Amino acid sequence: MLRSATFAAVRKAKPSAGFKGAMLQAARGMASSEMTTIELGPRAFEGYNIEVPSSQVTMSKADLLAIYRQMQTVRRLEMAADSSYKHKLIRGFCHLCTGQEAVPVGVESALTKDDAVITAYRCHGFTHERGASAFGILGELMGRKEGVSKGKGGSMHMYAPNFYGGNGIVGAQVPLGAGIAFAQKYRGEQACTVALYGDGAANQGQVFESYNMAKLWDLPVLFVCENNKYGMGTAAGRAAANTAYYTRGQYIPGIRVNGMDVLAVRQAIAYARQYAVSGEGPLVLEMNTYRYGGHSMSDPGTTYRTREEIQHMRSTSDPITGFKHRLMDSGVATEDELKAIDKEAKRLIDGELAKAKAVPEPNASELWDDVYAPGSEVPYLRGRVPEETHYYAQN
Amino acid sequence: MLRLRPATSLCRSYYRRQVPIISSRLQRLYSATAADNGIEPIRGLETGVSASKLLLRSVTSVRNSSELKAQNVAEGETRKMNMCQAINDALRLVLATDNTSVVFGEDVAFGGVFRCSVGLADEFGGERIFNTPLTEQGIAGFAIGMAAMGHTAVAEIQFADYIYPAFDQLVNEASKFRYRSGNEFNAGGLTIRAPSSAVGHGGHYHSQSPESFFAHVPGLKVVIPRSAVQAKGLLLSAIRDPNPVVFFEPKILYRSTVEQVPVDDYMLPLSSAEILKPGKDITVVGYGSQIYALENAIQMVERDIPGVSCELIDLRTISPYDAETVEKS
Repeated sequence: MLRSATFAAVRKAKPSAGFKGAMLQAARGMASSEMTTIELGPRAFEGYNIEVPSSQVTMSKADLLAIYRQMQTVRRLEMAADSSYKHKLIRGFCHLCTGQEAVPVGVESALTKDDAVITAYRCHGFTHERGASAFGILGELMGRKEGVSKGKGGSMHMYAPNFYGGNGIVGAQVPLGAGIAFAQKYRGEQACTVALYGDGAANQGQVFESYNMAKLWDLPVLFVCENNKYGMGTAAGRAAANTAYYTRGQYIPGIRVNGMDVLAVRQAIAYARQYAVSGEGPLVLEMNTYRYGGHSMSDPGTTYRTREEIQHMRSTSDPITGFKHRLMDSGVATEDELKAIDKEAKRLIDGELAKAKAVPEPNASELWDDVYAPGSEVPYLRGRVPEETHYYAQN
Repeated sequence: MLRLRPATSLCRSYYRRQVPIISSRLQRLYSATAADNGIEPIRGLETGVSASKLLLRSVTSVRNSSELKAQNVAEGETRKMNMCQAINDALRLVLATDNTSVVFGEDVAFGGVFRCSVGLADEFGGERIFNTPLTEQGIAGFAIGMAAMGHTAVAEIQFADYIYPAFDQLVNEASKFRYRSGNEFNAGGLTIRAPSSAVGHGGHYHSQSPESFFAHVPGLKVVIPRSAVQAKGLLLSAIRDPNPVVFFEPKILYRSTVEQVPVDDYMLPLSSAEILKPGKDITVVGYGSQIYALENAIQMVERDIPGVSCELIDLRTISPYDAETVEKS
């Protein structure tokens, strides 16, 4: 296949390009559906009471480039949020996933639209991957009426089809994940739920309550711990008696994954999904990842870790750079192709941000909507001052 | 509750629309839309904490304070502190004077998210100031256990919004321990501190004021300070009170209430409301960050309705509250 494509490309190549140029053009012209096998290496996975997935990933160029594009887009999205926050267009709290892009992108690439995802407040990447537009996400961050939650949720409360947020209270989303999985099983859906939480939340009691229910009832839920080594300002080792989060499920098998390698994340989730959907019950996965920014925009991120550490992770383990090198080294894409994707991602986000900035805030009257189910409102609700008391139209 | 006389004669200049007296909650009383915040701007009145006359900003005001005189610190050395620093000072005094005391919570060791515990670990050691895992229910239960052993356990819940997993422990364990054991055991050494109430940018989960939930629990005390001097004295009382106390700190006042705070050890009484401004016609009762809005409301009423005088009372302890002072007023 490759040879015939190469020859065809060589024939089409410009005469002045020379043989090397022709080969390069041929590489560029490699069919998108061309499959490549990539070896993830021996440190991609570690198992707890379960065999780990294969470390060989076979994917098409198109799919690989799509993954690259998604990660770059999420990176750009978070950078736009960062700068908008510094310009006071975004207020309140804002938790960015810069550096952790491999997790939302890898997870989504292994799921179907019927699977459900629920996570905590570091949710912009997941919201995007589950189908929300950058326009909707940035708009929501800025509290505009066309934000994904109509401007009423903010950074921590973003939702999308089969994406249950976006949750502010740490750990509270995990029992919800178990409940969603129960509903999927009850309804006989061939689907699973991915319930994510951080290394800090891993010590919440309700997480263990969820483990118990999930195992007792064989729920198709994947408990995924995004271990970025710090629970806000506290290092994981100072908060957990056992930092091998993939073993914390005790009676639930677990897989530890290199969360900076998007293909490893994808492979692990695909494998785990198969396990859960086939009725085997829950799994615990641990994604070892890292955030470059602080816990939130209010946290510089340098009072509890050194700048050298952050710099080191950026230069040796960045998920996007690492994936870029892998694509180039295995001949899947050229640097120019990838640079073009980078540029396109930046262009897209810049455009979406500009569009989002132009949207106004919601009408003040919307403050009162959706407290109760529409049509079942109470007679009135108080505002901040008596003059603000809102009277609902009574049916 | 601020009751206004009928709008017809006196308040016309106040509101753009007539505002009858509040008689029945279900009557449509105002033209109420969120867009029409009809009250005119304050017309030259400076508002808010920075303009408040209630803070003890000068050494003279400390010297003149009858309550601080009663505590024997009115003549002593003072230092300019905001509420965080005053709380820090109180914690330092507790750790220095009570061998059994420990301070713990999420991220408190490096100083805490509001720096209320800054420097304590260096001074008193990591065995007495330590971080807990992210587990409010565990923190509260653990604190109750320590208190049951006679320790002074000062536990921080990082934001009052996160206190609900601890609610069971506080309501069912802490408050009832003494009663159900016939006074054999108790959780009196427990104090829970939590930043609370609205700050503007807090959203759903960094703005809540849950004091009313706890006010319904016999056996538990709830205290909310309005300023730096108050916070230090009330916190010291709360920690040393032989009953479990929940101490909510209005986070919007952390940096804004700057006062001359006595550096010595002093305690302000619990269940004792303070009359901040005496008056004879209207009683206005509040606590915490509301006090400053109430101060301004009173200034407006007294300016615009001549002859009316309002009395402002700070409850300080929400439960059990000083009913006598309020009723007398």
